[in-house]
Amino acid sequence: MTLASVGSVKTAPIGSATNVHGRSLAWLAVPALVFFIAFGVIPLIGVLALSFTTWDGIGEVIPSGLDSWRATLTNPGLPHAMWVTFQVMVLSWLFQTPMSILLGVFLAGAQKYRALYSVLYFIPLLLSSAAIAITFKALLDPNFGLGTGLALPFLNQDWLGEPTLALGVVVFVVSWQYIPFHSLIYQGAVRQIPTSMYEAAQIDGAGRIRQFFSITLPQLKNTIITSSTLMVVGSLTFFDLIYVLTAGGPGDATRVLALEMYKTGFQGNLMGPASCIAVILVVVGLLLALLFRRIGGGDETSSQLEGA
Amino acid sequence: MSVPVVAALAACGSSGPSSSTASGSAAGAGGGASYWYLTGQPGEGIRKGAVDRFNAANPSTQIAQTAFQNDAYKTKIKTAIGAGQAPTIIWGWGGGGLKSYVDASQVDDLTSWFDENSDVKKKLFPASFGAATVGGKIYAMPCETVQPIVLFYNKTVFDKVGAQPPQSWDELMALVPKFNSAGIAPISLGGQSRWTNMMWLEFLFDRIGGPEVFQAAFEGQKDAWSNPDAITALTKVQDLVKADGFIKGFSSITADSNADQALLYTGKAAMMLHGTWTYGSMKSDGGDFVKGGHLGYMNFPTVTGGKGDPSNTVGNPGQYLSISSKATDAEKEVAKKFFKTGVLDDTEVKAWIDTGSIPIVNGADAKIAGSEDADWLKFVYGVASGAKTFAQSWDQALQPTAAETLLDNIAKLFQLSITPEQFATNMNAVTNS
Repeated sequence: MTLASVGSVKTAPIGSATNVHGRSLAWLAVPALVFFIAFGVIPLIGVLALSFTTWDGIGEVIPSGLDSWRATLTNPGLPHAMWVTFQVMVLSWLFQTPMSILLGVFLAGAQKYRALYSVLYFIPLLLSSAAIAITFKALLDPNFGLGTGLALPFLNQDWLGEPTLALGVVVFVVSWQYIPFHSLIYQGAVRQIPTSMYEAAQIDGAGRIRQFFSITLPQLKNTIITSSTLMVVGSLTFFDLIYVLTAGGPGDATRVLALEMYKTGFQGNLMGPASCIAVILVVVGLLLALLFRRIGGGDETSSQLEGA
Repeated sequence: MSVPVVAALAACGSSGPSSSTASGSAAGAGGGASYWYLTGQPGEGIRKGAVDRFNAANPSTQIAQTAFQNDAYKTKIKTAIGAGQAPTIIWGWGGGGLKSYVDASQVDDLTSWFDENSDVKKKLFPASFGAATVGGKIYAMPCETVQPIVLFYNKTVFDKVGAQPPQSWDELMALVPKFNSAGIAPISLGGQSRWTNMMWLEFLFDRIGGPEVFQAAFEGQKDAWSNPDAITALTKVQDLVKADGFIKGFSSITADSNADQALLYTGKAAMMLHGTWTYGSMKSDGGDFVKGGHLGYMNFPTVTGGKGDPSNTVGNPGQYLSISSKATDAEKEVAKKFFKTGVLDDTEVKAWIDTGSIPIVNGADAKIAGSEDADWLKFVYGVASGAKTFAQSWDQALQPTAAETLLDNIAKLFQLSITPEQFATNMNAVTNS
């Protein structure tokens, strides 16, 4: 969440607003800025400071130079957690993006029943992550779950107890929760595409599939970048859902960075190394956000509506 | 930390009907103390009852109470103590967690208070003071119940298969294929909770090498986990995993949801190693499983050639109440008055016995006779008082950092993703002093 707001504040064009509309408009950014500094920047500085200390969360904070960083970077748990985070990030992007685009395009149609669908599809987004996790945990229980309830033995897998399956389940549940949100973004974007383009394509004899690949997808380029940024940066901060669903298990098969940070800090009482992991998370998140901005902003001169 | 936040957290965490009625500032005019404890019936009701009786008897010195769900409490209390926002009375498990409070000078030394109030000390099981003592000084008042870990089994299932409860590890291993071929899981285990797996290791370490093996690791002796007896125990537990001794999918079952108990009383599993606190919930949730006499229980079997005394047990020798050093003198006085007159009063003792638990009060056995759970209570009392060594659970005895590494490695050991030797190496790295 912090990371998302980094982007939004950065894009607030305080400088240009001053130039164009005079002084008064810059003040509009003040409330957001105050909140961002109080809940984003100051804690960040605090975490950075804590990463150079040794603290058990109860006693005194003892400055210890690079000790915590050394402990964090030599801990074999860190590359593992990074690898798991990377897997979740890539797999959930690969799963969510095509699904969201297809659903978004479908829901953008003017038909009444599609409007009803879009309301239904939106429901998962309204549920809290913890509630979703508890529900799926109960459904996937190997002994009392869906498989037993419906007498379908093939559903009686050890969903959350087998490392590969557990990772797959995490990706699936995360996607199940967030696809509605991204579909909504794509739905809005698709509706922005001028119908004249489709009419022209029809006259040229392009079929539906050709229209999708030659008009819809290229027109969605910026939306894909926005949605991907949210997915990728957001997947760095997955915590509640995974914590409730698998607690990082079995073993450490689904222990993502955020979970590693929590366990180190609040269960292992090692606030110094936990702060180091937090700093790593922030840096990785910023780099990723920057990377996507670069990809998206590279050809700002080229118009999306070219030829329309 | 404002009061509404605390209240909201408590409301989230509690499952019972009696969430928090507490508010730190609303305590009586004569000065009051605050007290945080765990939710979950029947314990929650008994804890609340003791405070309510104390408050009714002492209108000028009130105790404000707030209840938290178990896992949430563990994080909450640490954070609160670190932030200087601890309640006056801190409920805990003693051992390594208590030591970390003591090291940070966050809890009061009660040694002299116990000297002045020797009647309070004499009232309680002497063995319960071990986990309350750090560096020869007492930092907590033992309270509530003694909870050894015992081996539960489903008599109906044993009869169906024609098996006898295992008296030795070899017999237990021999039962595994027998139950598996009958389509019944030999052992129920809530493996996602990790400490559930740990109980198997605690007993195997003890039966094979005696209590000295873990004690050496606890004291930070070099390479204590590489002790040949430790390696044997770790290997044996992996043998049991490989033989499909534990129910399929055990690593995604949690103990918090009581699913492991459900497996036992529904007959899907034959045995379960668990704390005596599960008796009450199996009695209330398991239909006529307990009342109909289908629940069997015994101390952990012996291991042939092992050095440990077969009477030894592990578990919680008690629960613990400490006084925050940050509290005012008036608050501390209220807390001490509660320790003296409120904790484990006759009503509370009876309430614990009624739920099938043994309160840590000398002579509690005399009150068992009339209870409908008399056989069970006699068994627990026998295990607790007859144990040559009553070891504290490892994760409570160790410092939090080492405990987390331990639980982590235990989960991996049960996943067969590390070998016993790797387990020993990983653990040596954190407990070597």
